[in-house]
Amino acid sequence: MSEVKKIATRESYGNALVELGKKYDNLVVLDADLAGATKTGTFQKAFPERHIDCGIAECDMMGIAAGMSTTGKVPFASTFAMFAAGRAYEQVRNSIGYPHLNVKIGATHAGISVGEDGATHQCNEDMALMRTIPGMVILNPSDDVEAKAAVEAAYQHEGPVYLRFGRLAVPVINDKPDYKFVIGKGIVLREGKDVTIFATGLCVSETLAAADKLAADGIDAKVVNIHTIKPLDEELVVKAAKETGKVVTVEEHSVIGGLGGAVAEVLSEKAPTKMLRIGINDVFGESGPAVKLLEKYGIDANGIYAKVKAFV
Amino acid sequence: MNKLELQKTANEVRKGIVTAVHSAKAGHPGGSLSAADLFTYLYFQEMNIDPKEPKKADRDRFVLSKGHTAPGLYSTLAQRGYFPTEDLKTLRHLGSYLQGHPDMKHIPGVDMSSGSLGQGISAAVGMALSAKMDGADYRVYTLLGDGEIQEGQVWEASMFAGFRKLDNLVVIVDNNGLQIDGSIEDVCSPYPIDKKFEAFNFHVINVADGNDFDQLEAAFKEARETKGMPTAIIMKTVKGKGVSFMENEAGWHGKAPNDAEYEIAMADLEKAGEALCQK
Repeated sequence: MSEVKKIATRESYGNALVELGKKYDNLVVLDADLAGATKTGTFQKAFPERHIDCGIAECDMMGIAAGMSTTGKVPFASTFAMFAAGRAYEQVRNSIGYPHLNVKIGATHAGISVGEDGATHQCNEDMALMRTIPGMVILNPSDDVEAKAAVEAAYQHEGPVYLRFGRLAVPVINDKPDYKFVIGKGIVLREGKDVTIFATGLCVSETLAAADKLAADGIDAKVVNIHTIKPLDEELVVKAAKETGKVVTVEEHSVIGGLGGAVAEVLSEKAPTKMLRIGINDVFGESGPAVKLLEKYGIDANGIYAKVKAFV
Repeated sequence: MNKLELQKTANEVRKGIVTAVHSAKAGHPGGSLSAADLFTYLYFQEMNIDPKEPKKADRDRFVLSKGHTAPGLYSTLAQRGYFPTEDLKTLRHLGSYLQGHPDMKHIPGVDMSSGSLGQGISAAVGMALSAKMDGADYRVYTLLGDGEIQEGQVWEASMFAGFRKLDNLVVIVDNNGLQIDGSIEDVCSPYPIDKKFEAFNFHVINVADGNDFDQLEAAFKEARETKGMPTAIIMKTVKGKGVSFMENEAGWHGKAPNDAEYEIAMADLEKAGEALCQK
């Protein structure tokens, strides 16, 4: 088997910004002293005059982005998910969400795959927080191809967008000629009749691997990539739930309020379905290598396989 | 406008504030009245704006960081012709576009939604930065409360503005000395305010009486002439200015007058208006 190409979606974010920056003069990038880590440093090198380092002041950065957007610029405000969605939640809500300003929030280092930095920096709550803001679009791409497409879609979308990226290099799985990214549209990656597994972010590739193992055991799993957490592809969720009768969600996020929460909300109202939420089970993370953490918290291929097998 | 015309206009703005807050049975008259002269000066004298084209790209911008004094801003915008003064009576009513705090999506002339303290100044900094990046010559003004500057974000924004030498930005502090819980000196003193802004690389102008148009004119002229750094205008004002029983009373920070109080307040302002007409 040939070596699978891996790249962290934060790298994709930085690269995509450079490409978009060449096309669009009104694109500006803001950072809070993490340009090296969020990978917007590549944009800074290419367009120093359009990169603004706000210093370690995330709340101020969100406000500056809001103000700039009122003058016709399209700011991408970048920092770790913990500080974008957590620390600056109220600024995002009141200065960006309420006036529905055209600000894009590039949140890197989401989830426990932050690794060694530990619980203070492992944000497993960002999607839950952002989902509560009316009009906020939430994109959680699964690989390099999808991340770049998501950044472009976010630029084209009029209104606030929260983009979620990871620190860990993940396999490229969407490098296909027919791949198409549309905000709000899930992608069926594998057909199956026994259970539907909705996965998002880096858990998509792990879920595909888990589906292979399940198939070897005679369990036929349908796998759907939900890159847009909000607005959720309700039509696809309901249709797949009715087809397979059982539903699993997989995310590198708390089981409260993220993909699992969103799918449960829709299904409980429109198509009550037996369901299992796989994610971080309402606990804080801890220090350790990212891959080991994914294993320990049961969101790697083996963990997903075991849980789905027991569920089905 | 000459000084007398500005005074007359400010008096009308004050009537609109009292009327709006009375009709709403809620709102913040104290800090609206203390800043009524400042609002009037900005919209009738200082700023390059056009009520017929509220979104004109090269207009000067104003961000009411102390968003709870929306009645002051709305009354001024109405006087300036952005919308009918009659609409002020719908302030805070269900279905009215005049929300309790500034709402840029629905109110003509409002450049930024605000109300959560400490946030407006950052947006103003963003606008000023955009102007610098684009080589545009519009200016950006933002009004903060002296209690508001207890918010840490104000100093994040100030550090950035000073560092970036945003000389197209004017930060105004309405130093009326009172916040909801009492005197700012008793609650959590922000003094010395001027030294703080100086330390953040602002050109600081202390205005002894921010309810005096001559002093406002001198301050804004100096701000306009200041190059290479943002300006902070710290203006001493009287909270509740113009309404006898509201002046210097913290209790009138966020309370509406009842019918009897409304009559007294309007009588105060009518009398002041008549006195101005005698001049």
